[in-house]
Amino acid sequence: MAANGPARERRETRRVDGFGEAPAYVGVVERRPRQPPVPVVLAPGAVELAGPLFGTRDVGPFDADLTRQHPGEPLGERITVSGRVLDGRGRPVRGQLVELWQANAAGRYAHRLDDRRAPLDPNFTGTGRCLTDDSGRYRFTTIRPGAYPWASHPHAWRPAHLHFSLFGTAFTQRLVTQMYFPNDPLLPYDAIRNALPDPDARRRLVAVYDPDLNEPELSLGYHWDIVLDGPAATWTAPASVPAQGGR
Amino acid sequence: MPLAPTPSQTIGPYFAMALPFPGGADLAPAGHPDAVTLHGYVLDGPGAPVPDALLEFWQAAPDGSPAGAAAGPRRDGDAFTGFARVSTGEDGHYALRTLLPGGAPYLALCLFARGLPHHLFTRVYVRPPGDDPLLAALPAERRATLLAAHDAARPRSYRFDVRLQGDEHHAETVFLHFGGAP
Repeated sequence: MAANGPARERRETRRVDGFGEAPAYVGVVERRPRQPPVPVVLAPGAVELAGPLFGTRDVGPFDADLTRQHPGEPLGERITVSGRVLDGRGRPVRGQLVELWQANAAGRYAHRLDDRRAPLDPNFTGTGRCLTDDSGRYRFTTIRPGAYPWASHPHAWRPAHLHFSLFGTAFTQRLVTQMYFPNDPLLPYDAIRNALPDPDARRRLVAVYDPDLNEPELSLGYHWDIVLDGPAATWTAPASVPAQGGR
Repeated sequence: MPLAPTPSQTIGPYFAMALPFPGGADLAPAGHPDAVTLHGYVLDGPGAPVPDALLEFWQAAPDGSPAGAAAGPRRDGDAFTGFARVSTGEDGHYALRTLLPGGAPYLALCLFARGLPHHLFTRVYVRPPGDDPLLAALPAERRATLLAAHDAARPRSYRFDVRLQGDEHHAETVFLHFGGAP
């Protein structure tokens, strides 16, 4: 945030009725379009109904284990994060790229703009990639990121979170979002999550502790499923219903 | 009953540690004689450059098929991928090398930036569109924001600026909504 400073960041939040003292993130005011997006009905075959292909070559052997990317062990609590990537009809999104970035255990990013007073970890970069399997499942081993303060408003701390980037079968399904941890006391105060007016939508960003995902003697497991929005590419209609193409 | 979608959250200021990859701006195979440059600036409402935007382009191949070669972070540079991922520089500028799409004459663009709670979709038209229902439905001033400028003196170069927010003097780039939740 050094390039912009606290004054700039402070203008990115506003108080919203119903959130008590917790403000909601509205973004950088000068970057928000004033016009509503123009609705487009995509014809079958529209390029947006397809999407880029990824392959096993795009993912290296240590890309999905963020604790194994350096010679030494990173500091922090080991976690395993896994779930399924689905489309709106519940179909698995197979073989697609999932990307992850995060702060280290002290809440600092390995990024030049994060100059906060917290240590970097020479054994942790905080970036990962994997491909979903045939059931749409992704899986990362990493460390639980720390919370960190930011200048949006007094006492503002980001709750621990993982940044996720996802592709569907269609370009329309592209998603960048953030995953949170259950029972984090910072969640009700987080302006970024509070940018979502719908409490159910906010809840859908919180993972569930799942002991079945624990790796014995190593990590705590968190389960988080991701549902992609937007029209999908290849809807296989039930036999009795005519296909409707691109909707 | 459809599943409720996972909502979007801002890409934030730190994505550059994870998302850009070498060769991300090259959709065209290395040394391809038909390669063109598409470039421009991302600007905010007051006209200041946006130095921390991520632009992703997805387009049909020259034969019109919407399926490129493996498009990811470890591409080999030998095949047309259809997918580009580029960040803006300190001056808000981006550039990529591609082959012009066959079929519908546009590249799909998905733009992310710090300060945007949700990504923005738009289209970059690189040829005069014939019968295009989206462009036909827009007033002329707004339609122009989707047309890449073709400099006759530089036949292999196209210019497309994104203006995130308009004012009384500048038209805001048209952003698109494809269905699903806004």
